[in-house]
Amino acid sequence: MQQILSGVYAILIGVGAMVLFYFGTNLVLDKVFADEVTPDRRVIKSRERIRESIRPWIFVLPALLLLLMYLVYPAIQTVILSFFNATGGEFVGLRNYEWAIQDGEFLQSIGNNILWLLIVPFVSTALGLVIAVLADRVRWGTLAKSMIFMPMAISFVGASVIWKFIYDYRPEGQAQIGVLNALVTALGGQPQAWLTIPFWNNIFLMIILIWIQTGFAMVLMSAALRGVPEETLEAARIDGANEVQIFFRIMIPQIIGTILVVWTTITIVVLKVFDIVLAMTNGQWDTEVLANLMYDWMFRGGGDFGRGSVLATVIMIAVIPIMIWNIRRFRAEEASR
Amino acid sequence: MTTKAQTMAGAAEATAAPTGGFQVSLGWWITRISLALIVIAWTIPTFGLFISSLRDKDQLAITGWWTALQTSIATEQGRTAAMDAQVEQGGQYVLSGSVFPEGSTKRVRTYGGGFLTSSGTVEYGQGEQPGIRDYTPGSVVTLDDGSTFVLEADGTYTYTSATPFDFDRGRRFFMETEIPPTFTLANYQEIFRAEAVDQSFINTFTVVIPATIIPIAIAAFASYAFTWMEFPGRRFLFYIVVALIVVPLQMALIPLLRLYNNVGLSKGYPGIWLAHTGFGLPLAIYLLRNYIGSLPRELIESAKIDGASHFQIFTRLVLPLSVPALASFAIFQFLWVWNDLLVALVFLGKTPDQIVLTSKLRELLGSRADNWEILTSSAFVSIIVPVLVFFALQRYFVRGLLAGSVKGG
Repeated sequence: MQQILSGVYAILIGVGAMVLFYFGTNLVLDKVFADEVTPDRRVIKSRERIRESIRPWIFVLPALLLLLMYLVYPAIQTVILSFFNATGGEFVGLRNYEWAIQDGEFLQSIGNNILWLLIVPFVSTALGLVIAVLADRVRWGTLAKSMIFMPMAISFVGASVIWKFIYDYRPEGQAQIGVLNALVTALGGQPQAWLTIPFWNNIFLMIILIWIQTGFAMVLMSAALRGVPEETLEAARIDGANEVQIFFRIMIPQIIGTILVVWTTITIVVLKVFDIVLAMTNGQWDTEVLANLMYDWMFRGGGDFGRGSVLATVIMIAVIPIMIWNIRRFRAEEASR
Repeated sequence: MTTKAQTMAGAAEATAAPTGGFQVSLGWWITRISLALIVIAWTIPTFGLFISSLRDKDQLAITGWWTALQTSIATEQGRTAAMDAQVEQGGQYVLSGSVFPEGSTKRVRTYGGGFLTSSGTVEYGQGEQPGIRDYTPGSVVTLDDGSTFVLEADGTYTYTSATPFDFDRGRRFFMETEIPPTFTLANYQEIFRAEAVDQSFINTFTVVIPATIIPIAIAAFASYAFTWMEFPGRRFLFYIVVALIVVPLQMALIPLLRLYNNVGLSKGYPGIWLAHTGFGLPLAIYLLRNYIGSLPRELIESAKIDGASHFQIFTRLVLPLSVPALASFAIFQFLWVWNDLLVALVFLGKTPDQIVLTSKLRELLGSRADNWEILTSSAFVSIIVPVLVFFALQRYFVRGLLAGSVKGG
């Protein structure tokens, strides 16, 4: 109860401070650089230019300062720290990077991350597209889409509990309470401890992310498909194209832009994937990924900031091409406005 | 109803295209069946979690959740009361009571064996408890000494004899019982009582609300300036914002952790509010600028001609018009902050007054890994709010996704 009160209190203070800042500074600006009024009541707007050249900064400065403090400065600092020792006090050159390329866990993470990058964006995007196409032809399509979209609202940890329950393993002879092992035993197979089978356990973890991201892909695909002109499809049908040809030769080329956006967005999610691995295996049984290894090194043995920074930097380097592509896409959009 | 309409549509297609009729309806069926299968596959995991969280913890540990609705049949022992419980009624000595504890929902299917005389009409296979299916509930068993015993389906029994009973320990028999599906909120009571999940629930709210409101306000001002105000470096600064949308959080954590430790902001709510604000701002500015930029230029111009300052235009005109975009981002940020684990692990402590639901859940996955009743109910508590928000405001969420699908997760 007391915490709810202090929460409300904190919210009021925070919001109040913001209101005060924006209203206050604008008011001060209007007062300090007020227009001069001559005795014969003419308004001289001599100070308007100064006033209106300051005002934009009042609007953007809080945002810019926060971005600087929480993203720009730390990102640069992380790159710098990657050349320093565990506490960040001593310059060690490339030693952290040399450690990384010889470290078994790091190499395993790189391998697993590549596997994730190859599988998750492709499967999510493809499934999302197929579901979007199917759902548009069925009257209960909206409901179906809602249900498939729903996992997007579930946290990665929540999803991990849900799926850990599905992968649950009981020794042979006991009743299986996990759906997967129950299916396997019902079909006459042996129950397996799925999360401990190297290589395949990566796939079982990926399924969780695919389960979450397919809905996202589906929603974007569905919107894009609605933009494909009906006449184009009709013309193709008249020319004798079957549905499969229409799908691959007409629909996909028309929405290729959206497919790329979905693909890159999921790629970034995959590069940052952390919660699922931490909650399901914490990198055991050869499932380590970069983001989890990075978190691990942040605190392992009191925290090794140098090695942690190297791992973060590697993730960043993988993101940079997408970042550049995003900016170019944005510039093209601006130009066409 | 659907089935009928489907059959009619199928028939219409078949008559319209007599030669390809079979193919048309085949494709039609494949579409529906595959979509239905996908929907089932996508919902079953969450559904199973929900059902499990409501099951009795002992049943949950030994049977799959899909058996939750089946009545299970068990072999049990019954025992009468001992002789000191007998009462004398009209010259007869009576022992009575129930073999089930009070409030039990079990039912007796059959009984027999033990001290009861065999009916001799039922045959038993190997491994079966002999006599157990001899009698149906309500049928009176007459024993060799002339006493009678009757067991009702609800578990009450009456043992009547002309001579006083003389045994220190109640007499034993066997019965087949039906255990009807039982659902209980006991697991939820348990996690609130013993695991303080309710406290984490409040903690999560304490993080989420300010971390949603603050970035919206700051981003709204900034995106107005980026759209309708002139200042040097405007374009360049906005490119930076677009670039920052995809910067992985991992890049920010170590320096911020060091900085927080130095400033003394570490492990507390104000620190995490600001962190979430900073991390959410790029997408917020991008989304809101897209929307504010789509407002008609004439609207802003005419307000200016009427003598309104930018501040007035923003607060009185643009802000009210931007409510849909603000709502879109609010849902985005709400879900993102509610579901976040990484930022919470780094910026909040693990003490009861700070640990949020995601962190708590992760801790339980380690400490109570075999207690599925704890895990399923805690997970359900952690996902119910975002799922409800999601279903209630799905339209705004989709709009936000379509406008700014560059961040994700």
